[in-house]
Amino acid sequence: MYLFQRLVQGLLVLLGVTTIVFALTFVAGDPASTLAPLDTTPAELAQFRHNMGLDRPVPVQYLDFLVHAVRGDFGMSYSSHEPAMGVVLERLPATLRLTGAAVLFALVVAIPLGLLAAMYHDRWIDAAARFSAFLGQSIPVFLLGMVLILVFAVGLRWLPSSGGESWKSLILPAISIGSFSAAVLARLLRSSLLEVLSQEYIRTAYAKGLAGRTVVVRHALKNAALPFVTMLGLQVGFLLSGAVVAETIFAYPGMGRLAVEAISRKDVPVIQSFVTIAAVIVIVANLFVDLVYTRIDPRIRLS
Amino acid sequence: MPSGPALLGLAILAAFVLAALFADQIAPNPDTQQLLQRLDAPSLAGGEHGHLLGTDSLGRDLLARVIHGARVSLTVGLVGVALSGGVGITLGLIAGYLGRRWDRIIMRVADVQQAIPALVLAVAVAAIVRPSITNLIVVLAVTTWFTFARVVRSEVLSLREMLFVESARVVGASDARIIGRHILPNAAASIIVIATLMVGNLILFEASLSFLGVGVPLTTPTWGRMVFDGIEYVATAWWIALFPGLAVMLTVLSTNLVGDWLRDALDPRQRRR
Repeated sequence: MYLFQRLVQGLLVLLGVTTIVFALTFVAGDPASTLAPLDTTPAELAQFRHNMGLDRPVPVQYLDFLVHAVRGDFGMSYSSHEPAMGVVLERLPATLRLTGAAVLFALVVAIPLGLLAAMYHDRWIDAAARFSAFLGQSIPVFLLGMVLILVFAVGLRWLPSSGGESWKSLILPAISIGSFSAAVLARLLRSSLLEVLSQEYIRTAYAKGLAGRTVVVRHALKNAALPFVTMLGLQVGFLLSGAVVAETIFAYPGMGRLAVEAISRKDVPVIQSFVTIAAVIVIVANLFVDLVYTRIDPRIRLS
Repeated sequence: MPSGPALLGLAILAAFVLAALFADQIAPNPDTQQLLQRLDAPSLAGGEHGHLLGTDSLGRDLLARVIHGARVSLTVGLVGVALSGGVGITLGLIAGYLGRRWDRIIMRVADVQQAIPALVLAVAVAAIVRPSITNLIVVLAVTTWFTFARVVRSEVLSLREMLFVESARVVGASDARIIGRHILPNAAASIIVIATLMVGNLILFEASLSFLGVGVPLTTPTWGRMVFDGIEYVATAWWIALFPGLAVMLTVLSTNLVGDWLRDALDPRQRRR
């Protein structure tokens, strides 16, 4: 029941997203004059508008847009003249691989870092963890990407600086995208662990003679998991934003780079498809978080 | 009294603000090209022409350009937060205080916007509108207002039930007075913290957008665009991209340090976390 509610909510949000995406057409100005050749006469322009359906009332155009959008039809790309959604979807797997790798990196860094910082609260490990989290939260994707290229591609020649052929080309862009989330998640894990560790039942667990590690892993970590998972869900949007920048630096063939190229050509249908897909990913990720939620915390499933 | 890290953050921010204010006096000509001094290394790293941060591919002094870049970044960060905060706080107050239909509409719009990654939406809109700093600020405000709205709304919801607000209403205070005298001052702490952190976020946004070539006109010196221009030369002339990139990072790091300190200072419950 809870999940069904969230699903309906997700669909409503998606409907709202399509409204914003539709509005983008109008922010762009008159699509007819953008598309038509420069020497078009006013009469030809009017004919063009009519053919494109741009002379109809806006609500009619919106409904028409929605009917097509439901079928995944966002019109033809202005530049390649193929279906815009298809052009974007073709690049989707590459971006999913990259963001997936970034999530993995964020988790592998954040969990040990947060745990250590909480277990050695106010010791040097804690201070070092907090400092690196601050750095990770402040370094722009393009700066980290550039430094990584400089060190690991140009200097040490260990990893490729561009392309998307092998798993090796995932490593540097995934680190540049994931380090922000790693920092945010590590800080959150640390503070929620500290919160949980000051609770009565943790003292009880210590009192009955459990080892420190058992208490943290079995009792504290389980209870710190809820906010952690929520934050992980919220990170998906940041990761996709980061992917747009990282794919440009690393010449990675994902949909973010495609969108940046589409932008320089004002290829509105491709931009619209890209924004929609990005929103769908965020919505699906949050539904997934809800699913994990009900597994972790029976109170949510039962209420 | 600010902690050590927060003082460091304040000092760095102050330095950038001064650089931005007096950019024309300190570095009058960020666009002067000296083609004989192209790709000159920073003077401490063996540069021959005495440029502290070196020169770019057109022989322009990088220090002058980084100083002028501070103008764009700080303007976008500060004005952007004022606009985003103005819209977000107003809508948050309406949603929290008037409730019912207004609350539903505003929060549904916030939900929808939250589903679209902010940079993705900003890139899409900024690419479509004419490039200008004003347009960019509006785009950033439109894509970030809901953070303020959510925080203010939840503050209002809890404050509305407080006894002192109830009492004010009983003695006949108007809505405007209750909001101005009782609700806003009590929500101010959260708003200040969010606003500080948001300045850093917007500067990061602006830099990312400029890096991608959207938002600010390409002729304006911005940190993001300078990094983009330098990436091509990263293997041989690393300084072109590194220094503007570091400028972004230092500014964002400073706002994060100050924001974190404010959070601890203004909310005793959060202390020592």
